[in-house]
Amino acid sequence: MNALSKLLWVEIAALGAIALAIVALSRGETINSVWLVAAAICTYLVAYRFYGLFIGRSVMQVDAKRTTPAYRHNDGLDYVPTNRYVLFGHHFAAIAGAGPLVGPVLAAQMGYLPGTLWILAGVVFAGAVQDSLVLFLSTRRDGRSLGEIIRSEMGATAGAVALIGVFLIMIIILAVLALVVVKALVGSPWGAFTVMATIPIAIFMGIYLRFIRPGKIGEMSIIGFVLLMSALLFGRSVAESPAVAPYFNYSGEMLALMLICYGFIASVLPVWLLLAPRDYLSTFLKIGAIAGLALGILFVMPPLKMAAVTRFIDGTGPVFSGALFPFLFITIACGAVSGFHALISSGTTPKMIENETQIPFIGYGGMLMESFVAIMAMVAASVIEPGVYFAMNSPSGLIGTDAAAAAAAIGSWGFTVTPDMLTETARNVGETTILSREGGAPMLAVGMAEIFSNLFGGKALMGFWYHFAILFEALFILTAVDAGTRACRFMVQDMIGAALPAFRNTESWANNLLATTIAVSMWGYILYTGVVDPLGGINTLWPLFGISNQMLAGIALIARTVVLFKMKRQRYAWVAALPALWLLICTLTAGLQKVFHPDPAIGFLAHAGRFGTALAEGKVLAPAKSIDQMRQVVFNDYVDATLASVFVLVVVCIFVLGLLEIRQARASDRPTTREIGAEHAGMVHA
Amino acid sequence: MRETIANLPWKLREASGIKTFAARIKETGRLMVGIPDYDRYLEHMTTNHPEQPAMSYREFFDNRQQARYGKGMKRCC
Repeated sequence: MNALSKLLWVEIAALGAIALAIVALSRGETINSVWLVAAAICTYLVAYRFYGLFIGRSVMQVDAKRTTPAYRHNDGLDYVPTNRYVLFGHHFAAIAGAGPLVGPVLAAQMGYLPGTLWILAGVVFAGAVQDSLVLFLSTRRDGRSLGEIIRSEMGATAGAVALIGVFLIMIIILAVLALVVVKALVGSPWGAFTVMATIPIAIFMGIYLRFIRPGKIGEMSIIGFVLLMSALLFGRSVAESPAVAPYFNYSGEMLALMLICYGFIASVLPVWLLLAPRDYLSTFLKIGAIAGLALGILFVMPPLKMAAVTRFIDGTGPVFSGALFPFLFITIACGAVSGFHALISSGTTPKMIENETQIPFIGYGGMLMESFVAIMAMVAASVIEPGVYFAMNSPSGLIGTDAAAAAAAIGSWGFTVTPDMLTETARNVGETTILSREGGAPMLAVGMAEIFSNLFGGKALMGFWYHFAILFEALFILTAVDAGTRACRFMVQDMIGAALPAFRNTESWANNLLATTIAVSMWGYILYTGVVDPLGGINTLWPLFGISNQMLAGIALIARTVVLFKMKRQRYAWVAALPALWLLICTLTAGLQKVFHPDPAIGFLAHAGRFGTALAEGKVLAPAKSIDQMRQVVFNDYVDATLASVFVLVVVCIFVLGLLEIRQARASDRPTTREIGAEHAGMVHA
Repeated sequence: MRETIANLPWKLREASGIKTFAARIKETGRLMVGIPDYDRYLEHMTTNHPEQPAMSYREFFDNRQQARYGKGMKRCC
């Protein structure tokens, strides 16, 4: 490093430190969101330059002369050496989804500070480390998947346990994501009409792309985008028409059933008809919306209205239950560290890397970018009046169903809001109510509408921007539901096929329909319980999702630690082992608290106990309205408790198997793992 | 047969593959939805497998679509 660049890095570090200090230390006065963004960007730059590159150089010991799978297996299809900036875009588009947008919004109930600090610390020391290490591992193993790597490095048992873990995560994610869409569309004809219109639009695009102008993606995406925006504009007229609006005004139960049917049909249709074209649209819209949000925050520079820290760090918050440790670290999920990225980093990306030296840029850098999305979501949730935030994100069981009751309940928590503010916000965004629209998406949409309408159109366009944000989130959630159900179906066939080989035949329609039915009914059941339980829903299911997602990240990091020991590089094992330990502590504490905590708001068994006792006495407790519903509540508690216990068991299993592997590796005096592609040393260059 | 291109230092290849900014953006957008560069596929086929027929653009597109979505995507967050 020469003197000039040294000076530059000192300046970046100093600016980052000042911004962080302003974010962390200001109390009582509002601060501008720009400080949050500046703190984040400086942290990312310093972390990438000093920790990301250190990991590449010392821990991975990337080798610029080593042939990558992209060259070794070049087929012009899956394995293609790809320019690093192009590949960065591909990788980022694959990891960015609904998670980093929803988690921080929910975490804002504790104030913007705890969440922001974890998003930054988590990504630097855990999330980006995990993504880049898995990418490296897979690149040195011909682009094999995480499951295969765990099987070959840690044994068949660990592989099977991880497979069950991944399957359950998929089920929980599908249920939670579908629930987010339901919560956003309940009683919203504008939203429901627009989201439903995406189906015929996507089918038209699919036909266009296959028969009319084969393979012309750009052209078709522009047509699709114009059609979507027309549907969005027309949606307002639909919502305002007394004759048509009732046809698009649905209850939560109706929406849940429609989504379940949709998931079933969409996942057995040929992919070119619905899944692929909608994925094109949702990918481009997602990238566009993220870029737009970044520009919006930079130009509008909104002040943060949420407090830095609220009283809900004690665990009594209405959005999710449980204290800051461990539940904040579970709730943020994808923006700080996401297990799912381990599946992507061991998927298509390692097959396209041109050179090993690019792994830190794509793996570590890609995850920093994802974390930045989470920071923006945190900003969007914090620029809204805290009273409105709590009205939107608290369950109706706590705040009631009318503006006056909600304002009173929220006032009693110490946040001032008037019923007029709540009804006016709803009117501004073109809805009849914004109460209890949990799940993060509607809150984010209000935040985005606030920011965008400051740039273009003012109040008049707020409704448009709100529904645009809802549309963009619903679009990629529906794609995830469809694609995820398909993935679950193959996993069901794989698992049952282990016992009944005939079931593995994926060409058979009977197998196909049966496996799809199993997958859909599993997530459909959880979705439905979330919709009908006024205190359950996001409050219950999001922590389960968070636990499972962080658990997967923990598994990937354990696998990494094991491989570092097997490579005889244990002096760097702490890079993977420390975040793995932290994730284990968080997921195990959260998992055990969800099962055994004595407070019925947190522990499933305590909740089941309270309702079970009342049931035995023949009493009906709110929110249940009948003895049957009481039985249902108790049963659901046991289902959720079982799921949480399985996650805990999976983590413990992998941890123990990992320790055994490490002991074996330490006993050997030479490296015990096999990498591919080292032959270049002896290879004669032509 | 080993690919001759694999033996070139990667820096050199990058320098020889100068593309305009717009073309890179287009390539990125297409790869984001799972469609790699068709010209590069053709180039690969003529260089390394001249005896095999290459897929037409349409077949190539279908092949890539099926590869991306056929088994479902585990991409949710």
